[in-house]
Amino acid sequence: MATTAINLTPRDFKGKSDPDWCPGCGDFGVLNALQRAVAGLGFRPHEILAVSGIGCSSNLPGYFNAYGMHTLHGRSLAMATGAKMANHELKVIVTGGDGDGYGIGGNHFTHTARRNTDLTYIVMNNQIYGLTTGQVSPTSSLGMTTKSTPFGSVEQPINPITSAIMNGATFVARAYSGDVRHLTDLIQQGINHKGFSIIDVFSPCVTFNLVNNHDFFKERVRKLEDDGHDTADWKTACEKAMLFGDTIYTGVFFEKERATLEQAEPVLREGGPLATRELGLDNEQAQKIIDRMM
Amino acid sequence: MGLGTYDFALAIGGEAGQGIATPGDILARIIVRRGLHLCTYNAYQSIIRGGHIFLTMRISDAEVQNHGDQLDLLLCLNQDTMDRHQRLMGPGSRIVYNSDAINPSSEDKGADLCGLPVGELAQSRNRLVQNTVAMGAVASLMGIDFSVLEESLALRFQRQGQEMVDQNTTVARAGFDYTQEHYRPFDQSPPVGEKPLAFWSGNDALAMGGAAAGVKFYAAYPMSPASGVLHWMANNARNLGIMVRQVEDEIAVANMVVGAAHAGTRSLCATSGGGFALMTEAVGAAAMMEIPVVFINVQRAGPSTGVPTKTEQGDLWQVLGASQGDFERIIVTPLDSLDAFNTMPEVFNLTDKYQCPAIVISDLYISEGRFSVDPDKINLHPNIDRGALITESSTTDGYLRYKDTESGISPRAIPGIEGYVHVVATDEHDEDSTLISDEFTNPHKRRMMVEKRARKFEAVIHDIAPPVLAGPAEADVTLVGWGSTNGMIVEAAAALNAAGISTNHLQIKWMVPFHGEQIMDVLSKAKRTIIVENNYSGQFARYLRSETGFAADGHIRKYDGEPFMPHHIVDGVKAHIGGTTTKYVPYQEVTV
Repeated sequence: MATTAINLTPRDFKGKSDPDWCPGCGDFGVLNALQRAVAGLGFRPHEILAVSGIGCSSNLPGYFNAYGMHTLHGRSLAMATGAKMANHELKVIVTGGDGDGYGIGGNHFTHTARRNTDLTYIVMNNQIYGLTTGQVSPTSSLGMTTKSTPFGSVEQPINPITSAIMNGATFVARAYSGDVRHLTDLIQQGINHKGFSIIDVFSPCVTFNLVNNHDFFKERVRKLEDDGHDTADWKTACEKAMLFGDTIYTGVFFEKERATLEQAEPVLREGGPLATRELGLDNEQAQKIIDRMM
Repeated sequence: MGLGTYDFALAIGGEAGQGIATPGDILARIIVRRGLHLCTYNAYQSIIRGGHIFLTMRISDAEVQNHGDQLDLLLCLNQDTMDRHQRLMGPGSRIVYNSDAINPSSEDKGADLCGLPVGELAQSRNRLVQNTVAMGAVASLMGIDFSVLEESLALRFQRQGQEMVDQNTTVARAGFDYTQEHYRPFDQSPPVGEKPLAFWSGNDALAMGGAAAGVKFYAAYPMSPASGVLHWMANNARNLGIMVRQVEDEIAVANMVVGAAHAGTRSLCATSGGGFALMTEAVGAAAMMEIPVVFINVQRAGPSTGVPTKTEQGDLWQVLGASQGDFERIIVTPLDSLDAFNTMPEVFNLTDKYQCPAIVISDLYISEGRFSVDPDKINLHPNIDRGALITESSTTDGYLRYKDTESGISPRAIPGIEGYVHVVATDEHDEDSTLISDEFTNPHKRRMMVEKRARKFEAVIHDIAPPVLAGPAEADVTLVGWGSTNGMIVEAAAALNAAGISTNHLQIKWMVPFHGEQIMDVLSKAKRTIIVENNYSGQFARYLRSETGFAADGHIRKYDGEPFMPHHIVDGVKAHIGGTTTKYVPYQEVTV
């Protein structure tokens, strides 16, 4: 992981531009926590690739000093998987929003979890479409009024935690962006975890979601670890993840060791990163191909 | 008319599940091992059991790139095949069939009927045994020594044990001997060529070309008729160290390929038009982020699900317009299987040099067709040029990923190395990749970046070969085609010349960039230009007109799902000369 003794600070991970998020946006806390997390783990900027989709939160790679890919709406996990396959020595961190990850990118979310690719996925979940100025999202609560649901949403929201567990993710956590210290710890755990780690972060949109705001979460969030929780117990994890009333749990819901895609895939197991391998075929490989055709 | 001294075509018809592939495969191997050329076209349906499968195999001592105009031998594995095809088998041809189960129809056009009492000959209830009996009969009629068939059967069945080999050999022998005794063989037996040849499908060729070019990441979602590329890649992944992944959908495929290419591997994907429709947003992403990726679109008859197992050249405009926005992409349509193979390394070098997406257009005919190929012509060690790619760390500061250079090409650093940390973005961006799309917009920078990306493309045309006019410089008829119709048009032009209608031929391979000037040098002098294409609306004719202003004199178009046969084109030219039409649509005689 860390290849040097130089100690970098969170400031060293500050990107070229300053965030264009609204004052008070929950995403500031996430960026802050991410910068602290990677500095604390001893990474250097060139060792990390941050991949995002499209949306307010997906602007994050521009504010983060590391290699970055600011890709298409919903496609961050697919692009990140490709990049990770091509160079499995890169630390690949994926960031984005709830619409990006659970709506338009939902299919990739499901399959990335099942593949157990060694990615750390941080979702800034504000339960609204912010950049498009306030429409219902896949995590908006039942009954929520938005520009596209003026009479209230009639669709059950998706539960990212239970979905991730059911689909095979091996590190599933939830955080609130207002608690940067806790979030930093969870991101570090997620990065250290071998396999697909997802951290769903309540990251309030102060402009378009006036219900699920900072006050809402401050009153309700409760750390799983404070109540004692067995992270190997997926059933209880799901039960606790379903609570969204007076108590909303944060922390690590579920963790499990399982071979990652990179470990399970012989082609990657048997050599260094594909990106740095010799491109051409050797004579033996070429002859084998021709022999099969004769 | 064939171009060789030996030109023989046979077909095997039956239903899915009757095991047509096995005799087809055994025969194909006998032919190429003998050093003869072949082209096979398999007409089939999207069904696992039942339906009507019709495998045509044309054999010659000269190269063959189409399945020909007529059949010499028909092997019927079921009644349906007899009913559909007997009417097309004239004097001199032979029909082989199991006389226990199949009756000749009333539409006798003079073929010799070679019935085989399979039950008596095989002494077996295994329904696949009729295929082996028939193999013996076919070898006998064609004049192939039984020892040759015996050797091939042994090779084919050795993995299933000696008993299986012996059983098949005995049954084939019975079919062979019975036919020797009862039916007249063809006058000409297949000659022996210079050296053994190999055979492959166009999909094999595309995949192999990618592997030779150094593809290390291949992703796919299964879709006919492109799945053969996936199968080849999967079978060779371990030997070649290629990461092959079948993933959730074509959107994931395309985006993974872009992600892998950004991280530094040569990355490839293949699909058909429907899958490509899902991939298109990623084509634009690759263009905007300036990441080199190659997409293969193996066309099938559309629109929508269309006819999944039939061929068409219907996706040209889809590919031309793939993804939103105003940007360039390289588009190439290989002319045959060997050309498909050779195109892959060439197109990878171009995408690396110009940091852009490229799309290779194939179609069912080339991709699923199987062709002989001289193994010495398969260059598995092509030149690999990755262009301005930075793969080593450096201590220099101030790297600009999208530096506004004179050529428009900005050196590309792969993630993971020191000194080049940068972000790539699908939003418009400045030279240092700062977004100029949301908070800051800047018309002057926007213009600079649009021009930078476009400027790269001005040079591509100098790196690719213009089309070459084949045949006499002065001719009454100039045939123009694109992509996979080359094999049929070459032969049609030869037939027309032999019939006294002087004909030359221009086949277009590179669509973007387009050699408008060179093409107009030819067409402006042509007396009568006829464009041949496998679609209804004349996609290429319209493209040619949009690029050059040139309107052809006539058109030959086919859009029934079946490929052209050479005589369709010959008849079309004659109809044009006769003045009866300016748009000829051939009638498909063989219904499959």
